[in-house]
Parts: sequence; structure tokens; C-alpha cells
Amino acid sequence: MSWLETLRIGLEAVRTHRSRSTLTVLGILIGIAAVILTVGLGQGAQNQVRDQINSLGSNLLVVTPGSTTSSNGIRGGFGSASTLTVQDAEALASKDVAPDIAAVAPASQRSLSLTAGTSNWTTTVVGTTPDWLSVRARKINSGRFITSQDVTSHAAVVVLAATTAEQLFGGRNPIGATVAVSGVSMQVVGTLTAAGSSATANEDDQAILPISTAANRVFGGATRSSVQNIYLEASSSKTLSAAYQEANNTLLALHRISTPTGADFTIASQQSILSAATSVDRTLTVLLGGIAAISLLVGGIGVMNIMLVSVTERIREIGLRKALGAPPRVIRRQFLVEASVLGLAGGLAGTALGLVGAALLPHLISQRIDISLPATVGAIIVAVGIGVGFGVYPASRAARLAPIDALRSE
Amino acid sequence: MTETGSSSTESLSAAGSLSAGSPASRPPVIELDGVRKTYRTGAFEVEALRGVNLRISEGEYIAIMGPSGSGKSTLMHILGCLDVPTTGSYRLAGEDVNQMPEEDLAEIRNRRIGFVFQQFNLLPTLSAWRNVELPLCYAGTGRAQRRARAIEALEKVGLQDRIAHRPNELSGGQQQRVAVARALVTDPALILADEPTGNLDSASTQDVLSLLNELHASGRTIVLITHEPEVAATAGRVVRIRDGDIQDDTGPGHQAGSAAGTTAGPGSASGTAARSGNTGTGNAVRGDSAPLTWEVRQ
Ligand SMILES: Nc1ncnc2c1ncn2[C@@H]1O[C@H](COP(=O)(O)OP(=O)(O)OP(=O)(O)O)[C@@H](O)[C@H]1O
Ligand SMILES: [Mg+2]
Repeated sequence: MSWLETLRIGLEAVRTHRSRSTLTVLGILIGIAAVILTVGLGQGAQNQVRDQINSLGSNLLVVTPGSTTSSNGIRGGFGSASTLTVQDAEALASKDVAPDIAAVAPASQRSLSLTAGTSNWTTTVVGTTPDWLSVRARKINSGRFITSQDVTSHAAVVVLAATTAEQLFGGRNPIGATVAVSGVSMQVVGTLTAAGSSATANEDDQAILPISTAANRVFGGATRSSVQNIYLEASSSKTLSAAYQEANNTLLALHRISTPTGADFTIASQQSILSAATSVDRTLTVLLGGIAAISLLVGGIGVMNIMLVSVTERIREIGLRKALGAPPRVIRRQFLVEASVLGLAGGLAGTALGLVGAALLPHLISQRIDISLPATVGAIIVAVGIGVGFGVYPASRAARLAPIDALRSE
Repeated sequence: MTETGSSSTESLSAAGSLSAGSPASRPPVIELDGVRKTYRTGAFEVEALRGVNLRISEGEYIAIMGPSGSGKSTLMHILGCLDVPTTGSYRLAGEDVNQMPEEDLAEIRNRRIGFVFQQFNLLPTLSAWRNVELPLCYAGTGRAQRRARAIEALEKVGLQDRIAHRPNELSGGQQQRVAVARALVTDPALILADEPTGNLDSASTQDVLSLLNELHASGRTIVLITHEPEVAATAGRVVRIRDGDIQDDTGPGHQAGSAAGTTAGPGSASGTAARSGNTGTGNAVRGDSAPLTWEVRQ
């Protein structure tokens, strides 16, 4: 009997046993769609965090105060733990001290109220230096960024991020306008381009001041030379660890700390921030993947069940076909075709449902879904494999029986 | 003549008398030697056949009779290669069936044997003509021809107006006739019919019997099981079975013998002549039909 003939018989059997076929296809379909969506959700969350962190800038190192590097729980104990200062940043900017550091941007920030005419808006006000723009991989939309001239002269200028400008000025051009930052009047000299969809929302909601202006005229306080972060940009991704070492040694020397474990600052690379942040999401992915695997397993057992029962029901049919002259290989082929047709239908429908769900769901739950190709392919292989395996295996066993034994089976 | 024992001498002498008594010394197409069939159900065993020796020559028309449960169907299943003996040998056209590969057995069941089951065994999901065409599917016959031949076979059993009915839409007798049509559709050389007229009225019985007579006349070997003496009377030889053994065999000498002399090989002149005695629409006049003689392909 030709394959075409076998295909016809198989398709006919699929049509004839409609409810069994539907259940099998459903079992496969749900398993695959569940894996695509759950793994996609986990991956989406993970990728979202990664993109956010990547959007901070490339080859970025962030120095923060504090001694969280202590591995054995020893903290403090070295007397006056100095916080980071503008002087630290200036030292790191020196090419002699740290040749692999391309740019340095000390930064302090406060949440403050901004007023422009009648509108006001509370946002993150960042005091920093001109290098911030390149270190943080941002772009100017209109006007200019703060200059070193502004820093030395404590100029009353401000650069607004996209959302902040929008909130204060609506559609109007803010360049040249005056904004009161915590009561101090500043002139808007530029606006930043939006950071992009993958970044966190507050990347686009901030106002940038020269660090001197911020420290002396806006933030005030006792420790005017201290800063909250120092952003460093390594000259390339290859020199990242060299830059890390240079920054670490320089700061340890400046802070007069002899043992690295006693450091009163932390240098985090983008990679380390990333791994810390994504480890949570990876746990989530594993969890969701586990749920998906369970749903695949349950679906698979369902499919297995239906296939086993339906083949057992049809052992008489197998016996009759054998009695009428079907060789075992043709019987196997017939059931292979049937199971493959069901598996293919379930596999395609499940993949389609998963993809459609991945396209539609983000609009409903505002969660990103990234299709994982290995998970999808794996799910298809497992689900279809179970369907085909348990459709063919009992049939091929029955095909080995003497026709009369198969015919007599219950 | 009565074959009660299963000793080798007796079976040998039986074989000897068979070949001696057969006109034109036809070789036995079926040779059963000491065939036993034991069914084991849980703790106890049932001996359905207890050492059956039987020789059937090509072109014979045999009726098997016997009380219910005597092992007739069991014997028939073994003859049809649907079951294997527990012990003993079955040689079909000189070939030991036990040694035959599954593929060859499938081909024999498909092309050489037409089997009418006592329980009909129709596929409930298929219409009458689709049931009848099934053996042709496995013979590799084209679609249009399958349908034409299936409908032709159904016409022969008087079911031309039930072609598209499913088995559950047919009466018991009609289902039986579908089963007969299915056994005839491949134009097999050996027809094994397990009570083919059991559910039929006398008119339908006559139709089926004359069909079998016609096939016998064209050289087919026919073995049928029946409880009805009138049906058995149409056969040239009656074998009586009791408790799994042959009790009485009228022997091959008593052939009705209308087809005597049809020993010819496939396509030979005498074979064609024997067939042409058939009606024009008969099974026998098909070009691609199985040869009458037993050539088991290896
Ligand atoms: N699959 C089986 N398992 C166990 N015993 C069986 C099986 N098939 C048949 N038998 C037994 O073998 C014996 C012969 O059965 P068989 O069907 O050959 O009888 P039969 O002569 O065809 O009877 P009937 O005229 O009623 O059809 C019976 O006693 C039956 O119970
Ligand atoms: Mg019986």
C-alpha cells in the first residue's frame, strides 16, 4: 500500500475518531502553548532587566560609598570612613593614575521640586560633570549639555530629560526658559533624548545641573564635596577589569585603606549589577519553566492515555486488517500517519497559539514575553513525540499479534 | 473412512489414499499433521483441537460439520493463517506456515485466501463497499478499480442497494453477505467460510451457495463450516469434527467434481477454459486475479 493511500486511511481515521483526535490535539496544543508563554514570560522579565542595565551605558563601572565588599562580615572599624568626594573623581580622571578609565562622572542626586511658570514637577535632580553624557550613553536632543565652564563657574544652568521637559513645558520649547529648582532659578540650556523603551521610566525623568551648582546652590549641606556615585567608563570592554583595578587601587590609596576587604566603597561593574538583578529573574524563569514542564507532562500523560486507549480499542481493527492481508509494517505506518497527523496538528496549533499569545498578552498584562526558541522546540519535540510514540508503539505491538488474537481482544 | 488417531502411520496412509484417490493426482494444497490447539485461560486449559490430520487438494469443496464448541472455527482460523497450531504442522502448498515470514503470510491472507468470519468482523466505521474494498487496498489495487470491484461483489450477494450503508445500518444477514462479498472480492484461490449462511433465509442461502458453486466450478478450493445438512450436501466432501478431532471424513473420492481436471497453472489454457464456464461478470474473468495454483512467493 502506498504512502498516499496510508495517508488517506490515516486522515480518515482521524476524522472518524473525532473526539479522540480533538482531545489529543488539545493535549499537545496546551502543553506547547503553556511552555512558550511561561518560559517567554520569564525570559521577557530577564531580558527587560538586562536591557535596562545595559542602557545605563557601555563599559560602565559604578562606584558607591560603603563597605559592602566585606566578605567575612567585618565592616567599619577603620575610623573615619570617608565617603566619595569630587577629589576622588578628579584623581580617577587623571590619565597617569588610571590610563584605562576613559571618562569619569561624579554624581549626586536629590528628589526636588521644579517650577516653570505655573507648572511644577518633582523629579530627580542630578549634579554631575560634562562626562556624564558619554559615560551614561545619553544624547542631547536640543540645545547643549553642561560644560566644564559651567562647572567651574557654578553656572545656573539645567538640562532636562524628555519626560521632565514635557511635564514642565508641554509642547513648548524649553531652551532659554527659566526653571526654579528648589527655589533657585536656572536657565534651561538643553534637553536629553529619551533613553528608549527598554530603560526604566526615571531615566527620562531627571534634571541635570553642574555638580558645583548643585552642591553649593541647590543641595547645600555640610559635606559639599561629597558625591553619591562616581560613574566610570572604561576605554573599552577589554580594559574593563584593568579600569576596575585602577579605580580600586586609587581609591584605596586616597582613602588610606590598606586591606582591600576594608574598603569603604564598592565598585560594581555593569556585569555584576546585571547578574545580581537577573538572578532573581532567572529564579522566576526556572520556576515558570518548571510550571511549564509540569503542564507539558500533564498534557503528555493525557495524550499518552488517549493514544493508549484508542489504540487498545482498535486492536480488533488491527486484527481484521491483518486478517485481510495488511503486513505489520503497513499497520505501523497507518498508526504512524494517524499519530503524526494529530501530533503535527497539535504542534502547529500549539505553536501558533503560543506565538499569538506572546504577541497579544503583553498588551493586556504589560509584561514583556520573549519567545525562547530552545524551549519552544523542546516542547514541540516532547509533546509530539509523546503523541506519536504512544500512538505507534501499542499499535506496532498489536500488529505483531496473530490476527485472531487481535480480533478476539476486548 | 474415519480418522480418529493421530499416529503417523495412519496419517501417512491417509495421505497415500488421498493422492491415489484424487483424480489426475492433484497435490494436496493443505496438509495438517497432528495439529493441536490448546487455549490456556487462567488455571485451566481447553484443548480445542486434539491432533487433527487433514489433506485438502486443490479444487475441493469441503463442508465441515460438528457440534458447537467442537473446534471448527479454531481449525478454520489455522487454515486461514490467522492463528498458529500449538503443536503439529500446517503445510500450505508444500510450505510450512510456521516457517513463513510475516510478510509472506500477509500476502497469502490477502491474495490467496478469502475468509468469511463467523462474527462477520466488519469495520463499524466504514460503509459496506468500503469494508468490501479493504483487502484490495492491501493488494495495491487502484481506487477506481477497488470501488468497481467492491460494488460488483456486493451485487453478487444481492446488496447493490445497500452499498453506502454502515454495518450497524444492516441486518445480520446483510452483514453476513457483506462479509461474503469481502471474501470474494480479491478472487482468492482458497475460500474459507465459517457458517456463511448461518444468518440467512433460504433464498439468500441459495444465492450464496450458488455463488460458492460457481467459484468451485471455476477451480477454487472451498472449505465451509455449516450446521445445515442441505448446505453440506452441496459440498463434495464432508468432514465431521467432534471434541477437537476429525470423527468422520467422506474423503476426497466423493467430490462433486464439476471442476475436475482443473490442475492447470496460472494462465494456462485449461485454467482459462474452466473459468470461462463462469458468467461474464464472474470474479474469475479478471486479468489481475490471483493464480489458481499455489505458488507461495518467498
Ligand atoms: N480464545 C479462546 N480461549 C479459550 N478457549 C477458546 C478460545 N477460542 C475457542 N475456545 C474454546 O475452544 C473450543 C472450540 O471453539 P470453536 O470456536 O472452534 O468452536 P466451534 O466448533 O466453532 O463452535 P460453534 O459451532 O459454536 O462456532 C471451545 O470449547 C471454546 O470454548
Ligand atoms: Mg465457530
